[in-house]
Amino acid sequence: MPSFRNYGVIYSSFFIALILSIMPLPLFLTVFRPEWLLMMLLYWTLAMPHKIGSFHAFILGLILDLLLGSTIGMHAISLPVFSYAFAINFQQIRCFSIAKTTIIVGFIVFLNQLFLYVISLSQQEIVFHGYYFLGVFTSMLIWPWFFLFMRAIRLKFNVAEKL
Amino acid sequence: MKTIFTRGPSYSIRLGIVLALAIFLFFADSKFNLFSSVRVYLNSFVSPLQYIADVPQQLSKTISQYIWTRKALQKRNFDLEKKNLALSADKQFLLQLQNENKALRSLLNSKKTFINKRMITEVIRVRSDPFKYQLLINKGKNDGVYIGQPVTSTLGLVGQISQVGNTTSRVLLIVDSSHGVPVRVRRNGLIANVHGSGDWNKLDIPFIQSTADLKVGDVLETSALGGVFPAGYPVAIVSHFAYVKGELYADASAKPIAKLDKSRYLLLLWPYKDNLKKKVDLNDAKLP
Repeated sequence: MPSFRNYGVIYSSFFIALILSIMPLPLFLTVFRPEWLLMMLLYWTLAMPHKIGSFHAFILGLILDLLLGSTIGMHAISLPVFSYAFAINFQQIRCFSIAKTTIIVGFIVFLNQLFLYVISLSQQEIVFHGYYFLGVFTSMLIWPWFFLFMRAIRLKFNVAEKL
Repeated sequence: MKTIFTRGPSYSIRLGIVLALAIFLFFADSKFNLFSSVRVYLNSFVSPLQYIADVPQQLSKTISQYIWTRKALQKRNFDLEKKNLALSADKQFLLQLQNENKALRSLLNSKKTFINKRMITEVIRVRSDPFKYQLLINKGKNDGVYIGQPVTSTLGLVGQISQVGNTTSRVLLIVDSSHGVPVRVRRNGLIANVHGSGDWNKLDIPFIQSTADLKVGDVLETSALGGVFPAGYPVAIVSHFAYVKGELYADASAKPIAKLDKSRYLLLLWPYKDNLKKKVDLNDAKLP
């Protein structure tokens, strides 16, 4: 069953992204952590917008909320929105150069961080540190390599949407 | 085959449904706390992921344990033995004091029970929400951990349990802005409250009279008011105390004594009998 194997590849990549996004890092590196799960979700939404979309984003967001111990629903609200934005524009975004998509991804990661910050601010007092947004730059730095790597994986396992 | 035109709205509808659900969950959790009972199962559901993510860290720890030199090990062993000797001597003294205390209390007819159950737990250093001050530990409901349980380190109070799973739980640290501890000043017994400020190294002490006898360097310890924390555990050292002109209360803040972000092992305490009993009951209920 090819589609079964397709989902196998997709779900194991999400699994790895979840692990990467909570993996313990040395203290000085932890602010540079890229948004693995969001990038993985954006990649798969771009590659197969009819299979991976809001629903998967919602479930992944819930799992991430539980893993991080945040208020349930924070990531489950933000991830589907960005996945949706990619899904409705996938034909345009696919045609963009990698540099352009990198900027778009950076912008989306920034919006995501900003949203999480505002939501947390509504919950309790927060002392804000500017380096909270450093993850945006690491995400942008990693995105081109990540994109090429994931495309290689996708082509190797022949994961594609059949329309 | 679907055409391009039929795809558009279905995305929006899916997004709408999912968003409505997510927003409902968010308010259910943040405002009405509907998940407090289901949290155990939810946390147990994701805890394997957390243990897997922690594997590299554990591996590097085990490897670094293997590459001690013989000399370093000997020195460490010697130091530990020395420390152990000193501590056991102290313990004898403590036992005698405890007996004396018991005798005095029985004379006064005031009863105080000492429950000494405690458990060492290890911090799982996976990432958690950057805006909440919390730690994940590797003990859970299966070990009898309950919500509101006090957690200390070898230096001082760390926080209390805020979420429980079967094999993991979360410790809300005293510096989280939603956390407060009733304390007293060790020097003169002055009673105060210590609130988290949302910064690693600062605690607020609100509602202290400007004329109160509080000095920079005073040790604040738990006062056991409120019934969550047992009395006498050091919490913080006063780092700032200033009279503000025209204000009713002084401007005071403190520094936590425990190294909140650096400690690897923490201690779980069972200070009150009812909670222990509750745990035993739970276990009995599970047997048949």
